[in-house]
Amino acid sequence: MNGEGAAIEIRDLCKRFGENEVLKGISLRVEHGSTTVILGASGSGKSVLIKHVIGLLRPDSGEIWIEGEAIAQAGERRLNEVRRKFGMVFQGAALFDSMTVGENVAFPLREHLSLSEREIRAIVTEKLNLFGLFGVEDKYPAELSGGMRKRVGLARAIVLNPGMILYDEPTTGLDPIATENVNGMIVEAREKLQVTSVVISHDIGAAFAVADAIAVLHDGRIVEYGAPAAVRASEHPHVRQFLSTWFSRV
Amino acid sequence: MRSPLKGVAAYVTHSFEEVGRFVATTVEVFKWTLRPPYRAGLLVQQMETIGVKSLFVVFLTAAFTGLVMVLQTTSLLAKFQAEGLVGSSVALAVTRELGPVFTALMVTGRAGSAMATELGTMRVTEQIDALSTMAVNPVQYLIVPRVIASMLMMPVLAAIFDVVSFFGSYVMGVWMLGIDQGVFVARTRHYLDPIDITSGLYKAVVFGAIVALISCDKGFRAEGGAKGVGEATTKAVVVSSVAILIADYFLNVLMTNYLPGYLLGGPR
Repeated sequence: MNGEGAAIEIRDLCKRFGENEVLKGISLRVEHGSTTVILGASGSGKSVLIKHVIGLLRPDSGEIWIEGEAIAQAGERRLNEVRRKFGMVFQGAALFDSMTVGENVAFPLREHLSLSEREIRAIVTEKLNLFGLFGVEDKYPAELSGGMRKRVGLARAIVLNPGMILYDEPTTGLDPIATENVNGMIVEAREKLQVTSVVISHDIGAAFAVADAIAVLHDGRIVEYGAPAAVRASEHPHVRQFLSTWFSRV
Repeated sequence: MRSPLKGVAAYVTHSFEEVGRFVATTVEVFKWTLRPPYRAGLLVQQMETIGVKSLFVVFLTAAFTGLVMVLQTTSLLAKFQAEGLVGSSVALAVTRELGPVFTALMVTGRAGSAMATELGTMRVTEQIDALSTMAVNPVQYLIVPRVIASMLMMPVLAAIFDVVSFFGSYVMGVWMLGIDQGVFVARTRHYLDPIDITSGLYKAVVFGAIVALISCDKGFRAEGGAKGVGEATTKAVVVSSVAILIADYFLNVLMTNYLPGYLLGGPR
């Protein structure tokens, strides 16, 4: 069976928007419990790729298996069952701004489980505390800093104990200290929850800080894939040029 | 240089795409209305937002519509010494046309624009994508309660418009212009049929669906940040307002042909 053994397997994925061919035959395998970073410049197709993984976009061709199950042509109901295996942390956190932090984190619990209010409150507090957030349940997202919002976004993403977490540009727009904190949060999430993580980012420093494996995306294709040390030693001209923007500074 | 013909073709294609997308959203809304889970809490919340919070503006519009309509109608009917028909003339105009249409336009300006802005902001800040990733259908969660609430509250608001407008016309006609109170009320009761009121309320239900569907669709498909949200809101208000007036004409044609007792639909 295709996709067997892997948490996520993508094969020959192509996607075009009008004249613009964004993904040109992506193949990628993400192992259980690993943190894979998809690294690429803006416009390389990272966000489009991750939206395929969670079923927000349908591919023109190619296949995606989530824990052995093909989702590219799955119906809405089946897709929703697969989506519950994931938590997703968005670039801007995507917290519901009309709800408090507590209501945001409780949202998936209220939608999918039949729990008492007391049980919901206990789980919300536990998940927030896990990422160093205390006493913020009644605050609104607008009252939090960017880094705190990302942490709330992660607490919401893991509240149903998913096996996989997708991070969309988790460090974009953060100051260096907040970036450090978010990197720590990604590592913590993997260590404490034993989850499979996929991070899309153009932040080279953050990628090398959290990754077990790095895939470099360029012009709709994965041009390099491997352990961080192997990617750093890559001979591919684009990879060398891209990484030099960071490693020449450190 | 781009030829004018190509420009026209692109405009026509774009217009058909817009209509196609709107029809697709409407079909989605209908489909997800029938499917569980049914979120009564969200429906009540939207009924408050669309209905209760529009009360003041509908109240004001209705009162002044009644006042002005009587002022205008009296100056016309006085030429035929028929001031006694002022109350009934205004009541018929309001219940059949002005009540539902003005109410729908007011709700478009207040609640329709708010729906487009809220959903547009949710779209550009990825909150709608977040709903999908949490296995919650955004059409069912965001649009269905707004459409149902709008269809339920619009006739209620139109009925309130009718009543307030009648009081406005009474104040102007009887208290300020000195029309005989007995004649004013008796003639209104004589000429105003229940069908005049109910036909206006039927229209209001359709207008409720139109306002919510268009406003939500425009917001739901917003793109491009704050500018995109602003454009979506403007489009929602303009398209809804025009659609209400066009739909009003076709509803009149339909009701004249199929609703017994309406306009030319046979003897009373």
